[in-house]
Amino acid sequence: MNAPNLPLRVLIVDDEAPARHRLRDVLADCADELPVDIVSETDNGLDALDQVQQQPVDVVLLDIRMPGMDGLECAAHLNRLSSPPAIIFSTAYDAYACQAFDLNAVDYLLKPVRADRLVRALSRAHRLNATALDQLREAHPKARTHLSVNEKGRIVLIPLADILYLKAELKYVTVRTAAREFLIEESLTRLEGEFGEAFLRIHRNCLVANARIREIGKLPGEDDGHFLRLDGLDERLMVSRRQYTALREKIRAF
Amino acid sequence: MKRKNHNNRQVELPNFCHLGVNLRIALTVEAVMVAGVVARAPDAPAFWAEFIALSALAQPALLLTLLALCAAGRWLRGLSYGQGVGFTLALVVVVPVLAALWLSPLLAGVQTVPLIGVAMLAFLIGAGLLAYFNLRSRALSPAITEARLQALQARIRPHFLFNSLNAVLSLVRSDPRRAERALENMADLFRALMGDARQLTPLEDEVALTRAYLELEQLRLGDRLQVAWHTNKMPGDALIPPLVIQPLVENAVYHGIEPQPEGGEISLNIYRSADKVHIVVRNPIAPEAGHHKGNRIALDNIRERLLLHFDLDAQLKLEPLGAVYQVHIVIPYTRERTQPASARPHRR
Repeated sequence: MNAPNLPLRVLIVDDEAPARHRLRDVLADCADELPVDIVSETDNGLDALDQVQQQPVDVVLLDIRMPGMDGLECAAHLNRLSSPPAIIFSTAYDAYACQAFDLNAVDYLLKPVRADRLVRALSRAHRLNATALDQLREAHPKARTHLSVNEKGRIVLIPLADILYLKAELKYVTVRTAAREFLIEESLTRLEGEFGEAFLRIHRNCLVANARIREIGKLPGEDDGHFLRLDGLDERLMVSRRQYTALREKIRAF
Repeated sequence: MKRKNHNNRQVELPNFCHLGVNLRIALTVEAVMVAGVVARAPDAPAFWAEFIALSALAQPALLLTLLALCAAGRWLRGLSYGQGVGFTLALVVVVPVLAALWLSPLLAGVQTVPLIGVAMLAFLIGAGLLAYFNLRSRALSPAITEARLQALQARIRPHFLFNSLNAVLSLVRSDPRRAERALENMADLFRALMGDARQLTPLEDEVALTRAYLELEQLRLGDRLQVAWHTNKMPGDALIPPLVIQPLVENAVYHGIEPQPEGGEISLNIYRSADKVHIVVRNPIAPEAGHHKGNRIALDNIRERLLLHFDLDAQLKLEPLGAVYQVHIVIPYTRERTQPASARPHRR
């Protein structure tokens, strides 16, 4: 957080223009009490991630329900920054999320937002801790649209549609796209739970994108050994004996 | 003094032109015939012989009676309930007796029921069915109220309410006139939501309400929400249950437009074809179809109310057509009955 005498740098994120407008009005009203500098505003989560990396931002006022990348996912990506901004969620109505917010001492605002509530939230806004965020996302289960990694201080987003396979190795999971691979610190089981509809497990340590499966073949010389090839990738992926039967069934069902 | 049930709703004769009513009458008559023949026939061949003989008389009589009831229905329902029952029973007895008289030369040789038997049987079946329809209409009235309460809960989406209030607040300073208009639209919407769901309402009122709703949504969603109305063949005077179109459109916005960053178009097509009114609502299917449950509840709710109002004469069909989701409602075309103003409290 910056020095107390400087205005607080705020980014407004909401998909509805009137809601952003209203926040600006209320922030202007309480300028005497709490000087604020609205650095920018945007209507989507992806753009918000960009904005935060282009200029210093102290607090993000983040709407939860947005098309595409929602507020909770955006917060998860923001948290990959080495010094993430404080986040205050806003929502018109969401009984479950509010319960989870209260439990985890996360700052949130109910729309329509009152000036005094806004001032109070801004003056004590703090970073989200990772456990709280995990719990929020569990209370609000929705698959992310992107995975993210921090590379040299920048957030790199990996769109889900670009992912060919996810492979667990020791502490990390390798995310393979046609262009390159990334290492992320997440568990394969949780990824399977989140993206189970778009990915198939072919091995204890490997999930592949359904839409990218090109062929399944038998390995020469071995009894039950099978491999699988994906579009846009020469690499052969091993299919375990246990997963092979289930896999064949599922592929037939497509 | 007219008879009233505990909902202050008059017990009425059923609408004899409705498919569901006709089906119930026909099934009852068939059941009585089968029971009668079973009681008399000693074995299976005799059963079939008797059944066919009886059918030759009973089927035409049944058909003629149904036609007569349908033709006289409007007049019968205009009478007080007691008078209506009297005249209905008279019709129910006279038509089969006339049919029997007319058919008896054709059916000479086949053993038939004596005229007095025809009259007795017709009277008993008629009285029994009228009692059944009376009980049924009493039993269903509380259900209408209940369905309405349930409907109310399902329909005011808190999310919509608070977001709209927020949008109005944002306009108060910059564009007070638009803010006023938005509040007027909200008032109309809530008046309808709190109104009497048992009364039918003219189609044009429901369409006006839907337009008010869409204007509010447009305030929030801006260009993301496009609406195409096709109402040039709409019968504005047709009566429909209130809040059938608006919740459909609300669903379309919630599931088809809001989840898409670039938005989309909702199309409404309302027209009359013969004696049916068709209402077709289409919206794009969002790639992430996360919340199907709410959708189902709203549609079940509408379906139930259509059933309560029109029995089997109304339909609600769901048709995913590729990238578009379509809801198609068909209801019978009815207009306001001309009645003395005192007979029925007037709609808003």
